Amino acid sequence: MRKIAIYGKGGIGKSTTTQNTVAGLAEFGRKVMVVGCDPKADSTRLLLGGLSQKSVLDTLREEGEDVELDDIRKKGYGDSWCVESGGPEPGVGCAGRGIITSINMLESLGAYEESEGLDYAFYDVLGDVVCGGFAMPIRDGKAEEIYIVVSGEMMAMYAANNICKGITKFAQSGGVRLGGLICNSRAVDNEADMIEELARKLGTKMIYFVPRHNDVQRAEINRKTVIEWKPEVEQADAYRGLAKAIDENKNMVIPTPLEIEELEKLLMDYGLMEA
Amino acid sequence: MATATSSKAASWDPAEVKAELLKQYPPKVARKRAKQIMINEALENETPEITANVRTIPGIITMRGCTYAGCKGVIMGPTRDIVNLVHGPIGCSFYAWLTRRNQTDAGPDGENYMTYCFSTDMQEQDIIFGGEKKLAAAIQEAYDLFHPKSIAIFATCPVGLIGDDIHTVAANMKKKLGDCNVYAFSCEGYKGVSQSAGHHIANNQVFRHIVGENDEVKPGKFKINLLGEYNIGGDGFEIDRIFDKCGITCISTFSGNSTYDQFASAHTADLNAVMCHRSINYVADMLETRFGIPWIKVNFIGAEATAKSLRKIAEYFGDKELIARVEEVIAEEMPAVEAAAAEVLPRTDGKTAMMFVGGSRAHHYKELFNEMGMQTISAGYEFGHRDDYEGRRVIPEIKVDADSRNIEEIEVEADPTRYQPRKSAKEIAALEKAGYSFKHYDGLMPDMDKGTMIIDDLNQYEAEKLVELLKPDIFCAGIKEKFSIQKLGVPMKQLHSYDSGGPYAGFKGAVNFYHEIDRLVNSKVWGYLQAPWQRNPQLSASYNY
Repeated sequence: MRKIAIYGKGGIGKSTTTQNTVAGLAEFGRKVMVVGCDPKADSTRLLLGGLSQKSVLDTLREEGEDVELDDIRKKGYGDSWCVESGGPEPGVGCAGRGIITSINMLESLGAYEESEGLDYAFYDVLGDVVCGGFAMPIRDGKAEEIYIVVSGEMMAMYAANNICKGITKFAQSGGVRLGGLICNSRAVDNEADMIEELARKLGTKMIYFVPRHNDVQRAEINRKTVIEWKPEVEQADAYRGLAKAIDENKNMVIPTPLEIEELEKLLMDYGLMEA
Repeated sequence: MATATSSKAASWDPAEVKAELLKQYPPKVARKRAKQIMINEALENETPEITANVRTIPGIITMRGCTYAGCKGVIMGPTRDIVNLVHGPIGCSFYAWLTRRNQTDAGPDGENYMTYCFSTDMQEQDIIFGGEKKLAAAIQEAYDLFHPKSIAIFATCPVGLIGDDIHTVAANMKKKLGDCNVYAFSCEGYKGVSQSAGHHIANNQVFRHIVGENDEVKPGKFKINLLGEYNIGGDGFEIDRIFDKCGITCISTFSGNSTYDQFASAHTADLNAVMCHRSINYVADMLETRFGIPWIKVNFIGAEATAKSLRKIAEYFGDKELIARVEEVIAEEMPAVEAAAAEVLPRTDGKTAMMFVGGSRAHHYKELFNEMGMQTISAGYEFGHRDDYEGRRVIPEIKVDADSRNIEEIEVEADPTRYQPRKSAKEIAALEKAGYSFKHYDGLMPDMDKGTMIIDDLNQYEAEKLVELLKPDIFCAGIKEKFSIQKLGVPMKQLHSYDSGGPYAGFKGAVNFYHEIDRLVNSKVWGYLQAPWQRNPQLSASYNY
């Protein structure tokens, strides 16, 4: 089983990209579990066709100790398993601790056992690496491969670089590696070249460039992944391509994060197209 | 006496001892610790500057406690009719439950919550989803069960980490309950460098939420507050007995055997007598600024010190009858004390003591050891600041570092209606001219002999090394040090909780202390002990750096 965590700046499209990719993997027969690590619990909405998942932490709170695997995971598109960690409402408690608790719960309930026959476990993690809890998926070998969703915008690249710092830290003590950057296009100037250069400087590759298309939004309104909503559209092929790129990717590295000056220079060199 | 002491003192050179203590440390640590280990110049000489109230170096096993311990355990713990509700996992509440041996007299109303252990008992779910609702429910439950006048809430570390807004919960519950004063202390254990931060936080909130709530004028001619007395082992009872005998009315004690109403009425007293300078001087200063009550430093540990403090209080009021009564009381009490001292003196004279305790205790107890002819060869505080060592005159020079800035300093102004200077400027000047000093504390250093060692924030390693090198006849500290010192064959007396003894304050307390120390320093039981490995070492090794 390959254990993959998807990180990236808030709002970059991690959940959308993850679910569409999972749909692509499911389409060619891979067995996948998605673990949403966001207190908003919206990481599996497209696979499940709506927000109906009861989160691990809510279940734990209501059922007490007596929790079974089937109480916290649900079947989604293409036989994928969907789990939402859940967490407190905004502004209270400790969401990070919540993620630690729910991943431990999944492990102790045997969600990752060989008998489950999983090919992939995906962790979809909120925003930047903000505290120990949100780093949980990349600690202790919980996830072995990290993909960072990024675009050609400065703050997205800044966040990607920051996440690489987190990976570097845990890579030394554990086995976590960076699998590559996924560019979720914002259609900014020179985007693909710039992200390729950023990837090169980080010591990795841009494994895929997902073009910007309104079909993603249309599918979301229908509470579906693009592949499920309209398998024949161009964007569905883009996600199939990304799924394939991940499935075939063997390039796992410990990233080399950039200094902030270097990052800004990159933006100057690539980001300003002659008008 | 002098010969015995000097012969013992002459057998070691303090500079060598200091070098020996520092030898094991890496250079940077040694440099830092060197500033906290002073060889006292003492008496009239210029005292060297000591570094105090700074972070303990990670890796050192310190004797210090945490901020929560200082706030909940020390300042608020001894108050009997406030429900002290700890918001956090159960351990913080359980281990702060009656462990300081603060005694109390439940009084005619019988209201006493000190024997209860109140906690919100936070579980993992409460950490994740926030504990505010559970806290509100706990306050309600405590109120429904006991109908206390007041409920105090204490934050533990995780509460600060997850950001539960305990002050808003407290304010809302106070409004909801109507007849119960509810307030909270942000005294998370990790704040500050020691329990001292917790004292300051407690002082601030007590002043902000309680002091001045009750304007009713209590009967009594000579009304004082006793600040920084915690009634450990019944110390406060003995001091109260002496006050009663002298005709001095104690309006409030902060906070031994105290009640909510005592704090609320503290502003109606005419003098603040400060015992433990470190833990409570903030309240003394604020009472003076807002209400015009002057403060003086006193000490009721040691019979001579007690007599001196009583005379100081009487002199302040300047009442002939009171002055005469105080002299009568001293004359009545002293013979028994002197007889006890004379009885133990042949056995205790010339013995040596070490004390590493508190932010004032190491200073106060020196008086008692003096009375027994014992020399304090090394002393220091766990959480004292520079002014507790060198005197208040150094306060303007104390560097305010980031750790101190992290603790709130509240701005107090004169109360528009209730500010009333108890003494006119002229009266104060006259008293001062006659040698009386207000707001004055000289600290520990001037009272320590030349060549003795003053060590701030002593740790496990240095304690054992000191005992090994200087072989004191008794070592005084807290429970954490108790058994490691006894294993070295040296008797150990706890001066936080008094083991199972006390009171040691006042006249009767002095007698108790003489007997207790006589028993300890003349018992050979610890010296006879040998651990199996001392007879048969199975393995020996040394470090190579």
